[in-house]
Amino acid sequence: MELSGHLLTVLVFFPAFGALALLLLRGDDEIWIRRLTFIVSVVEFIFSLFLLRIAPIGKPGYFLEEFGHWISWPPINYHMGVDGISLFLVILTTFLMPICVLASWKGVHHRIKEFHVMLLLLEVGVVGVFVSLDLFLFFLFWEIMLIPMAFLIGIWGHERRIYAAVKFFIYTMFGSAFMLVGILWLYTVTGSLDLPAIQRLVQEGSLAFAPRTELLLFLSFFVAFAIKVPLFPLHTWLPDAHVEAPTAGSIILAGVLLKMGTYGMIRFCLPLFPAASRKAAPYVAVLAIIGIVYGALVALVQPNLKKLVAYSSVSHLGFVVLGIFAFQNISLQGAVYQMLAHGISTGALFLLVGMLYDRRHTFEISDYGGLVKPMPQYAAFFLFVALSSMGLPMLNGFVGEYLILLGTYLTHWGWAAWAATGVILSACYLLWAYQRVFFGEVTHEKNRQLGDIDAREKWSLVVVCVVILWMGIFSPFFAKRIAADCLAVVQQSNPNVPREAAAPHVEEFKGEIHVHEHAQVRLSVERVASH
Amino acid sequence: MVPKIDDILRVLPELVWCGSGVLLMLLQPFVKSRQALTFIAMMGAAMGTLVTFFCVPGSAFFGLVEFDTYSLFFHWLVGLVAFLVILASDSYLQRENLEGAEYYALIMFATAGMGVLASAQELLTAFIGLEMSSISSYILAGYRRDSIKSTESAVKYFLLGSFATAFFLYGIALVYGAAGSTTLVQVALADPTSNLLRVGLVLILVGLGFKVAAAPFQVWTPDVYEGAPTPVTALLSAGPKAATFALMLRIFLTIPAATNFWFWAFWILAVATMFAGNLGALVQNNVKRMLAYSSIAHAGYTLVAFAAVTFIKTDSMDSAAPAYAAVLFYLAGYSLVKVGAFTIVSDLGGRGERYLTVDDFAGLGTRQPFAAAALSLFLLSLLGLPITAGFFGKFYVFKAAINSHLIWLAVLMAVNSVIGAYYYLRLIVVMYMREYKGALPADTPRGLSLTSALVVAVSVLSTLYLGLFPNHVLGLLLSRHVILSSR
Repeated sequence: MELSGHLLTVLVFFPAFGALALLLLRGDDEIWIRRLTFIVSVVEFIFSLFLLRIAPIGKPGYFLEEFGHWISWPPINYHMGVDGISLFLVILTTFLMPICVLASWKGVHHRIKEFHVMLLLLEVGVVGVFVSLDLFLFFLFWEIMLIPMAFLIGIWGHERRIYAAVKFFIYTMFGSAFMLVGILWLYTVTGSLDLPAIQRLVQEGSLAFAPRTELLLFLSFFVAFAIKVPLFPLHTWLPDAHVEAPTAGSIILAGVLLKMGTYGMIRFCLPLFPAASRKAAPYVAVLAIIGIVYGALVALVQPNLKKLVAYSSVSHLGFVVLGIFAFQNISLQGAVYQMLAHGISTGALFLLVGMLYDRRHTFEISDYGGLVKPMPQYAAFFLFVALSSMGLPMLNGFVGEYLILLGTYLTHWGWAAWAATGVILSACYLLWAYQRVFFGEVTHEKNRQLGDIDAREKWSLVVVCVVILWMGIFSPFFAKRIAADCLAVVQQSNPNVPREAAAPHVEEFKGEIHVHEHAQVRLSVERVASH
Repeated sequence: MVPKIDDILRVLPELVWCGSGVLLMLLQPFVKSRQALTFIAMMGAAMGTLVTFFCVPGSAFFGLVEFDTYSLFFHWLVGLVAFLVILASDSYLQRENLEGAEYYALIMFATAGMGVLASAQELLTAFIGLEMSSISSYILAGYRRDSIKSTESAVKYFLLGSFATAFFLYGIALVYGAAGSTTLVQVALADPTSNLLRVGLVLILVGLGFKVAAAPFQVWTPDVYEGAPTPVTALLSAGPKAATFALMLRIFLTIPAATNFWFWAFWILAVATMFAGNLGALVQNNVKRMLAYSSIAHAGYTLVAFAAVTFIKTDSMDSAAPAYAAVLFYLAGYSLVKVGAFTIVSDLGGRGERYLTVDDFAGLGTRQPFAAAALSLFLLSLLGLPITAGFFGKFYVFKAAINSHLIWLAVLMAVNSVIGAYYYLRLIVVMYMREYKGALPADTPRGLSLTSALVVAVSVLSTLYLGLFPNHVLGLLLSRHVILSSR
């Protein structure tokens, strides 16, 4: 345990030290810049695995916390902590980072040092967001993360990179400006910026907002998160940012940055503003469903492969939001699971699309066709990842979507029915795109000589695919660490249940989760049959 | 009657600043070395700031001047700004072939005027301070005599400035008519419902509004800031602004007349100023002009805190103290950032300030990494991103506004800071993400001069320091109760 004392601080700031070390290297020392960044990010990943060792099973709450005084007025503290929900998001971030470094091995050629510095600083911001328990600290990392990401898009992106970077920045800034107002308002009401402390106040019922105040506060947070997710109709920055970003930027953007939005909803909106969340839930759910269907339909007609993957993110993240705002234990677990699964699968899709771009410098689907002949291994990996993204059973995408649909069904069967069309559509756009890119005759001469993936690409894909398979088959490994905290969130977001009565049940409930789930599974299957 | 020694000590900083100004003028025929003059001027600025240690808090000259921790703070601020501006001017004067002595003397006089503004406890004394700082600034703005822009800037500043001063003076006359006195303490005792008093105070507000560039009295700002020599612009955007805000805060806190009325006046001024500054800055292609508009916007943000302060006045002092502290902190952070930013712009402008369009800054990130990084930090601070002074400035102003339940004002400020993001970001984008089109002109500056680099380094460090440990300064402001002692 002595190691875990400052584990969170180490996790957040280790990449920053890596970035400092990078600054000491010569700018043209390409290979060592890449190696050093890779080593730093792998070590960071190993550090984050220590979290798994100390993560308890079936016990809600923050299992590792750090606290230090920072600013006395207003009381801003260096308060960090992880629970089951943030645990895997941190690991997801640290897992994707070495892959990003590998992915940009060939694709990034100019200003390499700055690129890797930005990548590491981005990791500082993202990990910081996931472990911050002080509202102010959270906001700080949330804003800091913007700068490296905007630079990654704006300097190393494709043709319209500057437009995309500015759009990304302004959109997020717009949301976060209101979030800052919300945070300060919350502070004046509660006198604290400490998330657990405020949560306690809300749960004890000693903090009663006027309904209108609560709704406005909820909205000030929610809009910032919804922009990040992005929820329809705030999603328009996403396709631009994704298409223009370099491969590493896209992987991080899709893999973890979008999850910051959904994470924020789970961590802040639901427990802090339960009544307002419930009130807003139908509207949010409708927007989420529109996002699912709309994202899928737009993805279907995309001539640009990267944009297709980007819109598929809109669709998949719609599922997550729906799962969160269904207020069911199962659906929330599904939402968290889907966040992880989407991070891996879509990250991998961007990785694959980036490999294609490295070879041909185009994203247009019509420029490809028949690639299975020159690149058989690549085609196999692509199929595997695409299948996981569309939610094939035994692969990671299935677990999350299934749980979300299951939970949502309990809340409102109509929501689940509409959302289920998204599953079908995702099969349509991905398989159709796969068919157009890989099957048929090779229509472009250039495509005949394309080399198959090399060792570096192969190994990064193998690692990703192993995780995809593992998450699909051994889902309880993740679920049992997430479950208790999800249940706690659902209970906190339920304004009707007296909280003192609900809290002690968490322990005993742990054992029942499985039974409970099966009962509901059977129940919902019967209902589906009867409809 | 002979003034007591304590009275003299309480205006010692002003005396030192004026004295070093006179000394510089006297030395001009004998000292040819510009560096020596710069050094003397810097010493004068520093001495004036440091002699505040000898000042005993209290009022002087029959209540005309009040030296308290509040004015101590502003003396330090304007002294530091003057010190940095003088340091940054050295290479500028060399490049533009300008005389040093008068220039530095004028800066000294202007600083003395700002000092008077910060501690004035009587309206006519304040007027003298205002005139000292303004008249010196008019000359400084036109100091580049061979440049049409600089001359235009001086004429414009002079005409509009005297107009504003007339308003101020007329306001004083009306206030005197209503209260029978011009000392703030006496005015505070006058019947607050008197219309004469109210009109007088509105005229004073208009006069001061001109000086801090609050909309709708801000139209002179971009032209003057653009035309003036850039180190002077740095001075104008930081020093007189902070000092005038200091006076404004003192007047409107000492005089309790019709709080609600002032609250709305500041509310409207704040919103108009924020929008005027930010919307104006959006379409600027000249970096100096863009920064001028940005300083209008920042005057608006400061006025938000003013609205919060006036609104809170009905409550207890305890809840008001943080709001004052917000104003002071904001002005400190803003001034240091602006001085740094204008110093960089001054050096990058090249001889005759020719390279100041946004396109001239393209590719700066690779050409001059230090300058580009520092300027980016300043821009991010102006934008209000974390770990910069500007962030905590914005944060405390937000907090003050929300504390006073001015949610809408806070929301409008949030909207404005998003608008601001666009033009600040644009410059950063150009510096790092665009390449310079065509061949670089031969006389493009290759880097910052040593003195400017020093100024920039000081600004960078203080920006980061205030951004990481705001509680050090803020705690000092709160623990010493740097609030108006007259209350």
